[in-house]
Amino acid sequence: MNKLLAEEIYYDMVLGRTFELAAKEHYMGGDIAGFLHLDIGQEGFSVAAMKAFDKGDVFTTYREHVMAIARGMDPKDVMAELFGKAAGISRGRGGSMHLFDPSHFFYGGDAIVGGQIPNAVGCAYARKYQGREDGVMVVFGDGATNGGAFFESINNASTQKLPLLFLCENNGYAIGTKITRVAPFEKQAKKAEPYMITREVDGMDALAVYESVREAQSLIQDGHGPVFLEAMTCRYEGHSVADANTYRSKEEMQICKGKDSIDRMEQLLLSQYGITPDAIKTIQKRAQNCVDEAVAFAASAVEPELAELYEDIFAERKNHAVS
Amino acid sequence: MLYREALNKAIDKTMEMDETVVVLGEDVGLYGGSYRVTEGLVAKYGERRLIDTPIAELSIVGNAVGMAIGGLRPVAEIMTANFGLLAFDQIINHMAKYRYMSAGKITLPMVVRFPQGVSRQLAAQHSESYEQMLSAVPGLTVLAASDVNYAYHALQFAIMSDDPIIFIEHELLYNKKGDIDFETAIDPLKARVVKEGQDMTIVSYLKMLDDVMEAVPEIEKQLGKSCEVIDLCSLNPIDYETLETSLKKTGAIVVVEEDHKTGGFGSQIVSWAAEEMFYSLDAPPLRLAGEDVPIPYNRTLELASIPTPEKIAEKIMAWGNKNGL
Repeated sequence: MNKLLAEEIYYDMVLGRTFELAAKEHYMGGDIAGFLHLDIGQEGFSVAAMKAFDKGDVFTTYREHVMAIARGMDPKDVMAELFGKAAGISRGRGGSMHLFDPSHFFYGGDAIVGGQIPNAVGCAYARKYQGREDGVMVVFGDGATNGGAFFESINNASTQKLPLLFLCENNGYAIGTKITRVAPFEKQAKKAEPYMITREVDGMDALAVYESVREAQSLIQDGHGPVFLEAMTCRYEGHSVADANTYRSKEEMQICKGKDSIDRMEQLLLSQYGITPDAIKTIQKRAQNCVDEAVAFAASAVEPELAELYEDIFAERKNHAVS
Repeated sequence: MLYREALNKAIDKTMEMDETVVVLGEDVGLYGGSYRVTEGLVAKYGERRLIDTPIAELSIVGNAVGMAIGGLRPVAEIMTANFGLLAFDQIINHMAKYRYMSAGKITLPMVVRFPQGVSRQLAAQHSESYEQMLSAVPGLTVLAASDVNYAYHALQFAIMSDDPIIFIEHELLYNKKGDIDFETAIDPLKARVVKEGQDMTIVSYLKMLDDVMEAVPEIEKQLGKSCEVIDLCSLNPIDYETLETSLKKTGAIVVVEEDHKTGGFGSQIVSWAAEEMFYSLDAPPLRLAGEDVPIPYNRTLELASIPTPEKIAEKIMAWGNKNGL
C-alpha cells in the first residue's frame, strides 16, 4: 500500500470514530432519535473494505455511517440524515439505518438482518448480465448467517457463479447473544465452505482487510464465482446506543479494545511510512473539524416540508394524500 | 386467445423490445411455467433471460429487487400466492420501501406475478387470496387481471413501468378465452365498466367478476332492475372516480370478492362508500366475500367457503327485496 492511500485510510478511520462519538453525544442530547448503531471499534474494517472495493456495488446493513463516509458520502449529508433534516442524504426519511447513494454505488442501509443479501445476489446477476466486471460486495454480520436469506443466497450465488463478495463482519454477537450460543461454531465461513472459496482476516487490522478484499475482488472478477470473506472484529459499544452492553465482561472488553485498529494504523504510519507525530495530529484535527462542521450543518439545517410525506413513494404514479 | 397466452404475449413483446427484461421463478424456463405462462420463451431468449430459480421465494423477490437496482427489469413469478408469503419480507420491507427510504434515489422497475385464489380442491395452503394484504402496503401498485385484454395490456404496462408492481392473476382464469384489442390503449389504473345499468353498482375483480356476470341475468329478471358491473382492475390505486360516477347514478353498491370477509379487500370499498358517498346511498352496502375459514379440500365444502354465481344471485336478490330495490 502506498503512503497516500495509507494516510487516506487512517484519516477516514479517525473521521469515522470522531463522527460516531459526535453522533452518540447528540443522540444522548436528543438531537438524534430512533436506533443508532455505532461502528466504534470496527472502523478499520469498514473503511478498508470500502476503499478496497472502490469500484463495484456495495450493499450493507444498518451499521453503516462509517462505510457511507468512506465510500464518499459527505459527512454533512450523513449527519443531517441522523438529525432527520431535509438536507440529509435520504431527506430525513431514512435516518441512521437507511443511507443510500447510487452515485457512489452504495445501496443501503438495510435494517432487516440478512435482508440485503438476496438484493446483492440479484445485483450481481445484473452485473454479470451486463458484462460489468467490478462485481458486488455485500456486508452483513455473523448473526445474519443464521437466517434463511443467507443460505438461499450462498446457494444461488454459487450455482450461478456470480461475481459477489460475501463480507461477514463477525463481531461475535448477534445483538446481545454470543454467536456460539446460536450457531454451532465461532467462524461462520464454515457455512459457506461447500459453496465457494472462503477466507478469513483479522478485521481489526485495516491493512490486512484491505489486502483481503482486493484479493477477493480479483477472484470474483476472474469468474470463480462468489467468495466468502470473514473478518473477525470487535465492536466497542452495544448493538445500538440503546443497548447497555451488560452481557460482556470488563476483561472481554479490555482484550477487545487492546486490538484497536486506529492505534495499530497509527503505529504503522509512524514506524513504516515515516509519518511524523505532528502529521498524525494534523490528520486528527482535520477529522475533528470536519465532524464539527457536519454537526453545525445538521443542527442548522431545516426540517422537511410536510408535503414531503407524500414524495418519492412512486417513480411514475402520482403520489397522493388520502383524504 | 387464452388468458395465459395473453400474458405470454405481453412478456414476449416486452422481452423483444427491451433486453433488460428478464423473467425469474420456479420452472419458468425449461418447464415453461407451471401454468404455461412462459411457454416457449426460453427457446427464444435463452436461459440467461428465463431464469429457473430454486424453490426459495424470498430469494425470487429479493433477487428481483437487486436486479432492478442493477438496471434490469425483472418479472418474478410466484408459483402460487400462498408460497409468496415466504417473500413478504422482500415485498414489504424492500420492494415497497427502498424508493421512499432513499428519497427517490432507488428506482425499482419490477413486477411480481401472483397467481392466486380457489382453484379446484387444492386445499388451504394453495388456494388463498392476498390482495387485502398487498394492497395495504404503501409503495406497491396492485393490479388484478380478470380478462384477456386487460391481462395483455396491463402486464406490458407493469413490466415497462418504473414502479414496483404486484400483478395478481387468478388460477381459474388461465384458460379463459377472449380477444385482445390491439388498437385501443387502456389505462391499467382505471376501473372498467363491464356492463352498464341503472339501479345498483356491483363491484368485483378477478374471477368473481365472471361469477357476478353469470348471476346478473337472474338478478335483473327477479328484481326487475338493471345492474351496473364494474371491474376494479387496479386494487391500489383504487379508481374511486369511476365508482363515484356509477354510485351517484345507481344509489346502491355491492362488492363481491373471494378473499376472507374479515379484513377483506372489499371492506375498503364499503368503508369509502360509507364515508364519502353516504348521501348517495339508497340502501346499506352489501359485501359478499369468502367465509372466515381456511379453504377446505372437499369440493362441496370448498364451494361453500366462497361466493358462487348461485349464492351471489340469491344474496343480492334478498338484499334488493329487503331494501326495496
